[in-house]
Amino acid sequence: MPRGKEIASEHFRLVTSKSGTIGIQLIGRIDRYCSGSLIRRLKSEIKKLGPRKVMFDLNRITYFDDFGALILFELRSFLTGFKIEFDLVQPPPRVSEILTLTNFESPKLCAPLIKKKQPNLISRLGEGAITTVLNIRYQIAFLGSVILCLLEVMLNPRKLRLDDTVQLMKKTGVDAVPIIAMISFLLGLIMAFVSSLQLKQFGASIYVASLVALSMVSELGPIMTAIVVAGRSGSAFAAEIGAMRISDEIDALFTMGISPTLFLAIPRIVASILVIPLLTLFSDLFAIMGGLTISVWLLDLTISTYIAQTIKSLTLFEFMWGLMKSFVFAALVSWIGCLRGFQVQGGAAGVGNAATSAVVSGIFFIILFDSIFAVIRSYW
Amino acid sequence: MLQADTLIDIKNLQARYGDTVVLKDINFEVMHGEILAIIGGSGCGKTTLLRHMVGLVEPSKGSIVIDGDEITSGDEATFQRALQKIGILFQAGALFGSMTLAENVALPILQYTDLSPEAVSTLVRMKLCSVDLEGYEDHLPSEISGGMIKRASLARALALNPQILFLDEPTAGLDPVTSAEIEALILQINHSLRTTLVIITHSLSIIFKVAHRVIMLDKTVKGIIAQGDPKQLKTKSSDPVVRQFFNRQTKASENLPWQR
Repeated sequence: MPRGKEIASEHFRLVTSKSGTIGIQLIGRIDRYCSGSLIRRLKSEIKKLGPRKVMFDLNRITYFDDFGALILFELRSFLTGFKIEFDLVQPPPRVSEILTLTNFESPKLCAPLIKKKQPNLISRLGEGAITTVLNIRYQIAFLGSVILCLLEVMLNPRKLRLDDTVQLMKKTGVDAVPIIAMISFLLGLIMAFVSSLQLKQFGASIYVASLVALSMVSELGPIMTAIVVAGRSGSAFAAEIGAMRISDEIDALFTMGISPTLFLAIPRIVASILVIPLLTLFSDLFAIMGGLTISVWLLDLTISTYIAQTIKSLTLFEFMWGLMKSFVFAALVSWIGCLRGFQVQGGAAGVGNAATSAVVSGIFFIILFDSIFAVIRSYW
Repeated sequence: MLQADTLIDIKNLQARYGDTVVLKDINFEVMHGEILAIIGGSGCGKTTLLRHMVGLVEPSKGSIVIDGDEITSGDEATFQRALQKIGILFQAGALFGSMTLAENVALPILQYTDLSPEAVSTLVRMKLCSVDLEGYEDHLPSEISGGMIKRASLARALALNPQILFLDEPTAGLDPVTSAEIEALILQINHSLRTTLVIITHSLSIIFKVAHRVIMLDKTVKGIIAQGDPKQLKTKSSDPVVRQFFNRQTKASENLPWQR
């Protein structure tokens, strides 16, 4: 073969001949560190030279793996694209073993890739509708199973897992007291401050006490508490039950003949229903203390007038109304948390989605039911 | 056949969880190109030893050197260099559930090479093809069977053709045919790429058909009670515990009335 131009580097030697044939010899360790740059370099050299035929010689290779096979494969499809002939000098046994293992000789390298068919708009719409319907059915079924289990527990209280329930009451309730107290105190502070700016102009500063007490007890107290609990415990319920779901623990319970609802959901729902109204009372109390602080500090009211006005403006009905609401919110938040946990599918990402969804739909349901209560009350 | 130079060197290793010492005075070497099986009854610290060997847990005492890099020295650069040389197949596969098989295998390749995305996808197909998973590129790990998960995660462990491959129970929970396929795959990897393999296993079939050498750990000794060629250990070991393991006997060696 008459020799023309020669290009050499650490990993290859390229020789051109007059007849338009290029000989490329790969040298040394052909591994993952050099494969990317070799492919680019050789492609650009071949493009520049524009040969009729390229011969590859692999006899000076000291190490060869599937990254090397990839180089040959990429260059072969590159050359075929330009209608240039590809030829391989009989490789040493070590290299040909790898080439056989990677199916280098078959033109497609591997079985053709099975592309997942993208369904059309109508079938996707149908699928979406079916999923939604099944979802709603599951939710109704879960609601039913929760109600049945609650009835069962009422008839036979020994079926309630008392230890778990007490533990969950501590987690959901006691551990949430500091954050609830903090938020409510600041909320009372803000409400008193903002309203005082207006009421002071009319000389009606005393009504700050009524405003704080009424709005907290009947509206904001239950809502704030429920939202905080949805964020703290609703998401925790969903993540905990979801993780159990993906590690087959729920299936284990089911096959032992233990109802997963009774075992997992009921203690959480019962604990929430018991502690959230109590947390709401704390929230009301701390907000009133916040209002008191501002009134005494900035509005020159005395502690006793503030408290007297608060007591005067609150009725038992307001209290019961607020507590009833927080009772409903508690059931909703814990129910949604458990539901999202039981609905988890797939892996770790599914658990994350469930926790997010538990908080988002929890808050949505709180606001929705609060609006419903507002409507009911206005037609009372 | 085997090149007689050391690739992994473990000296005076002690492992403990809290106050409980799990392993003590562990000394052994892994040679270039060898298939070493680490065996022993349940709870004897096999997986603990593996977690120490790949640097997931720091030993309370002793040193581990992988191909000249001491991973127990606390030097981050040395540790990263050693990590480049190893691949691990975890017991449960540890495939990322939110990624398809192709994305799982492509992750280390994209991270550590400068190949173009098209070349990476070709390479990923080659890798999946080599473990007989062609056509499953777009499947999620939750959509395939246990044996396929093992093979896919083997493909991921092999993505960068590491010098050393650690396999934690590669055939546990698989049917005999799939197990035999995985054993063949292990031998092929060892032959074609000269990969050194450290296998944790209970399977006598791997021990006798695949391993060049075994190391046996024991719970009461908290260390190595036997090492060497499995066929020799089976017949010639003086330790009854070792013979029991290889011959699958129960502790009371005489046959019980309900056993046939």
